[in-house]
Amino acid sequence: MKHLLSIADLSEFEIVGILDTASELEKLTSGSVKKLPTLRGRTVVNLFFEDSTRTRLSFESAAKRLSADVTNFSAKGSSVSKGESLKDTAQTLEAMGADLIVIRHPASGAAKRLAESGWIESSVINAGDGTHEHPTQALLDAFTIRKHFGSTLTTFSGLKIAIVGDILHSRVARSNVLLLRKMGADVTLIAPPTLLPSTIDSWGVRSSYDFDENLEEFDVVMMLRVQLERMNDSFFPNGREYSKGYGLDGDRLKRLKSNAIVMHPGPMNRGLEISAASADSIRSVVIDQVSNGVVVRMAALYQLLGGPNISSTHETLGA
Amino acid sequence: MSLILDQAEIARALKRISHEIIERNHGIDSISLMGIPTRGRYLASRLAGILESIEGPVPVGSLDITMHRDDHRLRAPRPLAETVMPQGGVEGRDIVLIDDVLFSGRTIRAALDALGELGRPRSVQLAVLVDRGHRQLPIRPDYVGKNIPTSLKESVKVKLSEIDGEDLVEIVEVEE
Repeated sequence: MKHLLSIADLSEFEIVGILDTASELEKLTSGSVKKLPTLRGRTVVNLFFEDSTRTRLSFESAAKRLSADVTNFSAKGSSVSKGESLKDTAQTLEAMGADLIVIRHPASGAAKRLAESGWIESSVINAGDGTHEHPTQALLDAFTIRKHFGSTLTTFSGLKIAIVGDILHSRVARSNVLLLRKMGADVTLIAPPTLLPSTIDSWGVRSSYDFDENLEEFDVVMMLRVQLERMNDSFFPNGREYSKGYGLDGDRLKRLKSNAIVMHPGPMNRGLEISAASADSIRSVVIDQVSNGVVVRMAALYQLLGGPNISSTHETLGA
Repeated sequence: MSLILDQAEIARALKRISHEIIERNHGIDSISLMGIPTRGRYLASRLAGILESIEGPVPVGSLDITMHRDDHRLRAPRPLAETVMPQGGVEGRDIVLIDDVLFSGRTIRAALDALGELGRPRSVQLAVLVDRGHRQLPIRPDYVGKNIPTSLKESVKVKLSEIDGEDLVEIVEVEE
């Protein structure tokens, strides 16, 4: 495994392998052992062209817990604002000794371009590229689901999962749909017509405009953030209308199955897609998702950096 | 390929090691066993069974050393095995580490690091089913099932019924 760019590149076997590794790492680091020496001497660079709290901090703690050195780069306040290109920025970072670059970029495909254009030798992890993919988020969501429904599950068949909200702009939804389908879950995407992509029929999952239909059947309700910063048009009349149709409020929360869980990748727009009562309820695993993110990213870093340096920059994961 | 130990000989070696552990530690009160996955774990459970039949129950755990290896840059990442704390932890105990084959000593070096993360045992002892020599580090076993002089062209295979379906130790020529 050289890069982690897309869930599409991973086999079901590789996905389960990462989740199993994460489970062991969680047990290993839950007690007094917070730090493992495994990646000593390796350098991980967080290259963030978009704002982020939890993803960047999560990669940073994951790398530090494996004893790697971490350098954080954010485009704001850097030479990027003087017009430096992605290529020059990445080559500069590699010249400073980066072994792995974690990239978040507003353009879909940026991570793949960085990994496969021959600019650099380092491994690349996609930490969100535009509206395309966010593979480590899908992996941590799968890890969270597994913790609730059976920590050694190798398949999600029989689990009914709803992904609700701004599907159109969501890289989290794309990565999750790919992963959950590979794992055999029964996925339904729920959104207003304006926030469902026009290509939805080719995704191979069900879609619905009605959140209230079959609400009692879902084991997992995954709420998505309404991405106002990506909206250059009006996709719904106003916030209140959206909440009424697609927000997880107290009434909808009550209708959920007794063992159902509520997920949200964060940051939450409280009162818009999720009410404060739902976000803080016992069904909500939002905080668990954050701590699971660290161990899942440790597993990913170990998979990519735990082996010998691979000189070929063209070998991608799963190939 | 030549057979070094058969099922009965493995059983006898483990029985002798059990008695040696009891003798050296004046009983089993301070002893906890930690097996190194994969096969060290099964050997640890077997030793615990024998010790229990002689003196009484002994806490058993397992110690995965993957994240403490020093050869990450040389080999592909390996899946992690389970680490299980023995009942009562490791703090202040006399820990007997158990592995199937002692070779370069690097696994045991990693195990000492991994163990150090879990706590501070009073002492650490090492029991192995086979010592094949060729140490690269200043490490020696306290209990040995059998010393087998080997050449570097040979490899020692330990099979245990728990995962391999049979009990035996054999030497295999490695093809270059």
